[in-house]
Amino acid sequence: MDKLETATPEVVLRTSAGERRATIIGVVLMALAAVVLGVFAFGVPTDASSTFNLSLPTDAIQGVAWTFNSRIFSAVAGILIFALGTDRLRRRHLERTNLALGIGLLLFVLALLAWAAADSSFSLVGMLRSTVISSIVITLGALTGLTCERVGVINIGIEGQLLTGAFVAVILSSAFGTWAGVAGAMVAGALLGALLAWLAIRFAVDQIIAGVVINILAVGLTSFLASRVLSEAQDLNAPARVSSIRIPLLADIPVIGPMFFDHTFFVYVTLILVVALHYGFFRTRWGLRARAVGEHPKAADTLGIDVLKVRYRNVIGGGLIAGFGGAFLALAQISRFEENMTGGIGFIGLAAMIFGRWLPFGALAAGLVFGFSGALAQKVGILGTGIPSEFMLMLPYVATVIVVAGLVGRARAPAADGQPYIKQ
Amino acid sequence: MALVLEGITKRFPGVLANDDVSLSVAPGEVVALLGENGAGKSTLMNILYGLYTADEGTITIDGKETVFDSSADAIAAGIGMVHQHFMLVPVFTVTENVVLGQEPTGFGGMIDRDAARETVMGISERYNLRVDPDALIENISVGVQQRVEIIKVLNREAQFVIFDEPTAVLTPQEVEEFFGILEGLKKDGKGIVFITHKLGEALEVADRIVVMRGGKVVGEALPSQTTMQDLADLMVGRMVDLTVPKQPASRGERVLEVRDLVVLDFRNVKAVDGVSFDVHAGEIVGIAGVQGNGQTELIEGITGLRPAMSGSVQLGKTDITDAHPRDLHKLSVSHIPEDRQGSGLVLDFSVAENMILDSYYDRPFSRGIVMDWASTRDMVSELVKQYDVRTPGIDVPVSTLSGGNQQKVIVAREFAREVELVIAAQPTRGIDVGSIEYIHSQIVAKRDAGAAVLVVSSELDEVRALADRILVMYHGRIVAEFAPDADVTDIGLAMLGSAT
Amino acid sequence: MTETRVPEEHESQPPQPGTLMTRATGVGTSVGRSLLLPTLAMVTALVIGAIIIAFSDIDILRLLFDDPGAAIGQMASEVSRAYRALFRGSVGSVNSLSETLFAAAPLLLAGLSVALGFRAGLFNIGAQGQMLMGGLAATYVGIYVSLPGIIHIPLTLLAGFAGGMIWGGLAGLLKARTGAHEVITTIMGNFIAVFFIQWILTTPGLQDPGRNNPVSAALSGTARLPRIFGSGYRVTIGLLIGVALVFVVHWVLYRSSIGFEFRAVGSNPEAGRYAGMNVALVVTLAMALAGGLAGLAGANQVMGLEPYKASPALAGAVGFDAITVALLGRSNPVGVLWAALLFGALAAGGRAMQGAAQVPIDLVVVLQALIVIFVAAPGIVRAIYRVKAPDEKPTQLTTGWGS
Repeated sequence: MDKLETATPEVVLRTSAGERRATIIGVVLMALAAVVLGVFAFGVPTDASSTFNLSLPTDAIQGVAWTFNSRIFSAVAGILIFALGTDRLRRRHLERTNLALGIGLLLFVLALLAWAAADSSFSLVGMLRSTVISSIVITLGALTGLTCERVGVINIGIEGQLLTGAFVAVILSSAFGTWAGVAGAMVAGALLGALLAWLAIRFAVDQIIAGVVINILAVGLTSFLASRVLSEAQDLNAPARVSSIRIPLLADIPVIGPMFFDHTFFVYVTLILVVALHYGFFRTRWGLRARAVGEHPKAADTLGIDVLKVRYRNVIGGGLIAGFGGAFLALAQISRFEENMTGGIGFIGLAAMIFGRWLPFGALAAGLVFGFSGALAQKVGILGTGIPSEFMLMLPYVATVIVVAGLVGRARAPAADGQPYIKQ
Repeated sequence: MALVLEGITKRFPGVLANDDVSLSVAPGEVVALLGENGAGKSTLMNILYGLYTADEGTITIDGKETVFDSSADAIAAGIGMVHQHFMLVPVFTVTENVVLGQEPTGFGGMIDRDAARETVMGISERYNLRVDPDALIENISVGVQQRVEIIKVLNREAQFVIFDEPTAVLTPQEVEEFFGILEGLKKDGKGIVFITHKLGEALEVADRIVVMRGGKVVGEALPSQTTMQDLADLMVGRMVDLTVPKQPASRGERVLEVRDLVVLDFRNVKAVDGVSFDVHAGEIVGIAGVQGNGQTELIEGITGLRPAMSGSVQLGKTDITDAHPRDLHKLSVSHIPEDRQGSGLVLDFSVAENMILDSYYDRPFSRGIVMDWASTRDMVSELVKQYDVRTPGIDVPVSTLSGGNQQKVIVAREFAREVELVIAAQPTRGIDVGSIEYIHSQIVAKRDAGAAVLVVSSELDEVRALADRILVMYHGRIVAEFAPDADVTDIGLAMLGSAT
Repeated sequence: MTETRVPEEHESQPPQPGTLMTRATGVGTSVGRSLLLPTLAMVTALVIGAIIIAFSDIDILRLLFDDPGAAIGQMASEVSRAYRALFRGSVGSVNSLSETLFAAAPLLLAGLSVALGFRAGLFNIGAQGQMLMGGLAATYVGIYVSLPGIIHIPLTLLAGFAGGMIWGGLAGLLKARTGAHEVITTIMGNFIAVFFIQWILTTPGLQDPGRNNPVSAALSGTARLPRIFGSGYRVTIGLLIGVALVFVVHWVLYRSSIGFEFRAVGSNPEAGRYAGMNVALVVTLAMALAGGLAGLAGANQVMGLEPYKASPALAGAVGFDAITVALLGRSNPVGVLWAALLFGALAAGGRAMQGAAQVPIDLVVVLQALIVIFVAAPGIVRAIYRVKAPDEKPTQLTTGWGS
């Protein structure tokens, strides 16, 4: 026998599911095009003009802005979206469906902004900047999630870890300063992670149930302590101010500069963390072993890898990340603790993790997308369109549902995700 | 440098898996550990490999007593194991699987991919185990996967290698190749333990045969001084008939007609690539083939559990292509699924609930949406007696039954009614010999009652014993047809795709 | 390709988690045995709660450094005051008992919702959203329809059921058709429902005239649930409806073919498929029914509580408490009844505790979570109290995100 037996999938036939998706996306794009043309293009006076401000008052280069005729802009966008839609309906090059959807949505959003800003201006840069800021907690949540799921543990308790981290951060920061707050938050997140791991691994409690109960516990505990302690001692709810660190030179690049290089340290740490986790999981031996535990724990066990220890380690590590996220939320974004202040963002983080295919860079990209939807909602609300603000607030949550419903394609979770590992 | 196990005892809830077992292996020696399913062979080897801990007994290597708390300890002591169900991560490459746990690293824990690949190719060349180091496990064949497992074991400088049912998934030709690999390892001075339930292989390749039954060692023999019959008797403790008693078939009308069936697998690759065959009433058609050549998808395609891309399936005059499983049930088709715990039973449900799993919706088990438990229980009690299901009661969870009895529940469910067509996939996988005999006799009885029977099995012996006609499946196609008394070599060649 | 099934060497292998759902009581346990664990769980939770109360009072903590003896004395008195209020408020008087039952009613209904979901293998975390939608639908019918009470009440309840049923059914449909995991879709559904109700209660159709915030007009008198024990006690027939539903749900699960399908699919959907069950339909139906039950809970909230108006807060924390109720009740209808009564007692007592002893009611949530943890992981309590166990099956339901 000379030939090596490799059964490569030679004939990958087109799936009806992929075709169906292309059709759905095509129709969606046509609908979007209709809205853009009907409402955004022809819903404004012929001579209306919109201005996207591309520089901030603090920028080195001032007055950079893009002014254009609203109607023409939207019309062009609408036609492009329409073209994308018809292309999808032809059902060729199915792998491009996601790309088409992405571009179509981008054009739609730009047209929406142009319409909302008709005869006025708004700061596009500002919105991009707040996108990045809004995305951090989501990204950190997604990173927490994937750190746990890559070794086979589902962590629904991210919301609780964020909330508890926020609480501890506020108190410690008010009393001892920012670093104490951050450290304490990370420890708090890690402790909750340890609890999750302990329940799931030692007692084989269903991981989702354990996560849900931990969330409930976290909400109850933080609300209780907030009422009991923080309402009395108001000075414990006044965390130290965290200032932005502006990276010289890089921050002066128009648009990109203020977007990425003028933030609190939290943002920079998050970006570094994304790179570190990518490297860690896919280039180092710990990453290989961790992923083996998540895909085929029995195989890892037979090779002498301590499956339980790896799971504990990663879940606690994930907790550290979540605690850090909670600290960011409480110290840099909102600057105080309010009951239930996380508002479900931990779950959006889980969706971002799935959307990002359990990859660190995917988590970052997904976080930015979800963050953008939140920033968009805010901006459109401010710009005063006819849409009730509540619907705009729904946007990130609806987007999450759309994502997990697979309208942007399916991905495989680690094979042993959610299953306890029992040794005999 | 010998490896000696002495007095090993291991208890699980309700079962004494190993009862004072002793075994020794010398370097350069091949010991075959023979026994039927449930005899305790795998338990013993798992203890040796550190996956289980023995309750009593000792392990001695080279005169030194050692204790294994984990596989890491066993590996460090020079013991390697190639498992029956491969311990390979499907989404990793060959190289990653081989070096997992012993990765060559550089700065910052970063894996040195070139060094890893070199290691793999080095062993591969030395022992003639040809693999593609960058291929993903999920894309390579089972025979190649086994080679990867062996390379893995050798990479850890094992002195003793345990093989757990290594030939279960190989074609006869691959089995010969594997024996060649064993010779190579033997010459290199490795001590080998080879777990199997296949008597012929043990006789062919072992230096010594140890037989286990019911958790104990019941005999040791040298291949030159024993016969298959002797070994079989030791294995089951009584005179065992290795053939299935049956009359010649009396073929009737055509019942099942499959034409040009094409079915895709979960990766959208053609698993069934234009299959056509017939099954007549009163005959057993057996489909032989190495696991993974499309048999699973073929059955799923015929039973409506997987959509057919093209082609047709007819039952008599009725088109049943892509029929709903419930419709098939109403058309007197019975299906014994391949994976009894995953698809055939709800393990949490009681024996009674499982017995009506595919018929609960209709009389006499329910009227409208109201279930009639009284009638159900009476019927189930009858069936349990009739089909020799060993269970403390009909309300216990079916998970507490042995594999053989679980399968009997399924057989009772499927056979206790008029059936025109029986489809049985791997009907006796992983169950005790007594139950195997029983189920085989039930299948033959159905045939004699006039049903058309289709049996798919990766155990060639089973196919040859049961079938009146043998079809061989390879890479999604039927490549040959044989009479049951055909030469094994010819069938084996067909299973490998080299049909003449 | 690579086989992934566990090799079946043994005649009777110990059951693996992942294939088991908890049953009402363990196989072979006596009633006494099955009460011991929850009791110990409660006791342990109360002890931990006491520690939390004691160590969260800043004044006492400051005192601890100066005068430890006095501080401990104060801790003890504070804890005893809190727990006495808890006890009094829940079972200490006729009124307390009424309050307990009153709090238990929505917990029972929503708990049945979550439990039914669990039995079908579904995590219904969306009880809150389903309650909101059910309450909304009930409000609509309660305001706009004029009929005698004997028809109006059932009709309004039906509307509540329908509202929750649609909301839950949507999540079920998504899971059935796209595989979207119901944990995420139902949680998102909660938030979407809150925003939706915030908006719709400011529209002229529903808003209370004369109010500026999202509150509905009051339901007409004929749509309000009558009180069982007269106007002095708040308990309404909502409780009786809940108790009746316990029997209905039990019957559905264990005596109907629909329930058979729910349980089969909940335990092993693949086997269900092989047996000819329509798994997608079962999943959708189960979520719809579960949603309907939660919708009834929401209807109960607007029809049974002063001032009989809907607001975004109508569900309160019931949606999440219901999860703990279902878990404590082990997804068994009768168990859910007992759990709802217990947690209703905690809720009623908690209010008294907050009023009389100034201990925030959130402590009750902590107690609930702790009780559930101890019940779900019996090993903890067993280790603490050195109790030997019968074969307790672990609570395991998940098999990952896959559909």
